[in-house]
Amino acid sequence: MLLGESGSGKSTLLSLICGTILPDQGTVNIAGTDVTALSGGARDRFRAEQIGVIFQQFNLLPFGSVMDNILLPLRFAPERRKRTGDAAAEAAHLCTELGLPSDIIQAKANALSVGQQQRVAVARALIGQPPLIIADEPTSALDAGSQAAFLDLLFAQTKAHETSLLMVSHDPRLGERFDRVIRMEGIAQIDRTAA
Amino acid sequence: MTFRLAIASLFARALTVGMTILAIALSVALFLGVEKVRTGAKASFADTISGTDLIVGARSGSVQLLLYSVFRIGNATNNVTWESYLDIAARPDVDWIVPISLGDSHRQFRVMGTTQAFFEHYKYRQGRSLTVADGVIMDDLFDTVIGADVASTLGYNVDDPIVVAHGLASFTEHKDQPFRVSGILEKTGTPIDRTVIVSMEAIEAIHVDWQGGAQIPGQSTPADVIRRMELTPKAVTAALVGVESPLQTFALQRAINEYPEEPLLAILPGVALQELWGIVGIAETALLAVSAMVVVTALIGMMATIFSSLNERRREMAIFRAMGARPLTILGMLVFEAMLMAAVGALLGVALLYAGLVIAQPLVDNAFGLWLPIDAPTIREFSVIVGVVCAGAIVSLVPALRAYRMSIADGMMVQT
Repeated sequence: MLLGESGSGKSTLLSLICGTILPDQGTVNIAGTDVTALSGGARDRFRAEQIGVIFQQFNLLPFGSVMDNILLPLRFAPERRKRTGDAAAEAAHLCTELGLPSDIIQAKANALSVGQQQRVAVARALIGQPPLIIADEPTSALDAGSQAAFLDLLFAQTKAHETSLLMVSHDPRLGERFDRVIRMEGIAQIDRTAA
Repeated sequence: MTFRLAIASLFARALTVGMTILAIALSVALFLGVEKVRTGAKASFADTISGTDLIVGARSGSVQLLLYSVFRIGNATNNVTWESYLDIAARPDVDWIVPISLGDSHRQFRVMGTTQAFFEHYKYRQGRSLTVADGVIMDDLFDTVIGADVASTLGYNVDDPIVVAHGLASFTEHKDQPFRVSGILEKTGTPIDRTVIVSMEAIEAIHVDWQGGAQIPGQSTPADVIRRMELTPKAVTAALVGVESPLQTFALQRAINEYPEEPLLAILPGVALQELWGIVGIAETALLAVSAMVVVTALIGMMATIFSSLNERRREMAIFRAMGARPLTILGMLVFEAMLMAAVGALLGVALLYAGLVIAQPLVDNAFGLWLPIDAPTIREFSVIVGVVCAGAIVSLVPALRAYRMSIADGMMVQT
C-alpha cells in the first residue's frame, strides 16, 4: 500500500508507474521493464497489457454497458485479449464472482448503484489477468463497513487471479491489511514552488 | 468497440449533437436547394427552345432578341418588315421559318401572333412538340389557342371569349374584335404556358381600326368585313428558322446579319443562352458562395460544440488513456465523431431537400413557371455529401488536436 497525505505526490507516482508521464531524471522499472526507455506507443501498450486500474470514483464510461466497460482494456491489449479467451463469457464470470446479478451485463453503467459500480470497476481491472492492479484510493468515499467489504472482495479476487495489488490511500488504518506499506514521506520529498 | 462507444457517447449528448446535426442538415439542404434551383432554371431555360437553328429579329443584342422572342421578357426595339421576312423565307438554305408577332396582351399574359407552322416546328425539352389538351388549333381568324397557365389562372375553357388589350399593361382593348378560345395546350414548363396564341392575320385584323398606336375615333369595322380584307402582315417581331443542313447555319446567319435592305440580327439560341448564363453567372456564383458559407458556418458550429464538450469529457478521455488508449486513439475518436455528425447531417440535409422539393415543386411551378425536377441524387450531390464529411473531419482536427494534447498532459489523472 502506498500511504500519503493529499498533495504528497501519490497520483504523480501512479502516473509515472503507468507511463503516462515521464520522470525528468531516473528510470521507472515495472516487472523488469524500464518503462522510461519505451516509446509513447509502447508505454501505452505496456500499460494496457500489464496494469489494471481502479479509479477513486470507479469512473466507468456512463454511456457504455457493463460489458463495454469490462471489455474496454482488452481493446488496447491484444495479448491480454488472447489470454482472456471468450471475453464476453469471462466478463459474465467475473460479474458472478463479484456478486453482481447475471442480468446486469447489458445494463448501462449510469444505471448502476455505487456498490455495483465498484464491482464493475474491479472486474474491468481484473479481466485478462494483468500482473499488476493499481487502485487509486478506491475506498475513500466509503464508510468503514463498506470499506472492509470492498477490500475483502478485492483481496479475494487479486488472490484468485494471482495479481499484485498496489493501492493508494491516505488512511493509515488500512495499512494493517497489506503485506507492505510504503509511506510517501519515506520515499519522496515534495518541493512546490509558490505560485 | 471504440467507435461503438464513440457513437454511444454521441447519443449521451443527444441534444447538443442533435442541434449540430440539424444545423448541418439545414445548411446542406440550402446549398443543394440553391444548386437545384440553379440547374433547374438553367435546364428550364435551355429546354424552352429546341430544334430551332436561328432566331431572326431587328438588330439589337443577341440576349435581348432571345429574351423577348423566346422568353417573353422585355420588348423588341424594332420589327422586321414582311418583305425581309419573305426574302429570308425564300432562301434555298431555309428549311422552315415561323414568324412571331408580339406586342399585345391579355391580362398579365402576352399575345403572340404566328402561323400554323409554329405548332409544327416549335419544339421544347429535347424535341417535344406542342400538343392540344382540349379543343383544336386556331380554325377561324378570331380563334386563339392558350397556354396551360393562362387557362388555369384565368379559369378559361374552350369557346370562352377573350378580348385582347392593345400593347402591354394597357387599358385600351380591342373590344370590337373578341377572340374565342379554340384550344388549350398541354403544360410545357415553358413561356408558351403563359402565352395567348393567335394567327398573324388576327394581329392585323385587330389593328384595322388603329393608326399610330391609337384607335381611329368612331371607326369600328365589323368582323365579317375584316374577314374579307387582305390581312397580310406588315412586319414581324422575330422569326424562328430551321436550316436545310446544320452546315449552312453559320453561312445563313452571316447572310442575315449582313442583309443590305435593313439591319437584322440572326442568333444561334444555344450561343445566346450561353451569353445569358455568362451575364447571370456572377449572381449565380455569389448565391452559391453564400450557401457554401452557410455550410462552413454550420461546420464551425460543430467545431465549437466539440470544443465546448472537451472539458466535460476529460474524465472520459482519462478513462480511455488509463485503459491503454494512445493519444492518437483519442484524436481519432473525435475526428470519427465529427465525420459521423457531418455525414448524418448531410444525409438528413438531402432528405430535407427532397421533402422540400415534393412540397415546393408545384408551388414554384405555379408562381415562377420553374419546373424543379425530382430526380435520384446525382454524383454532384454525393460529392457534396463526401465534401461535407471531409470538411467536418478537417474542422474537427482543431478540437481533436487539443484533446490529443490534453490527453497527453492529463494522462490517466481524471480531471473532474
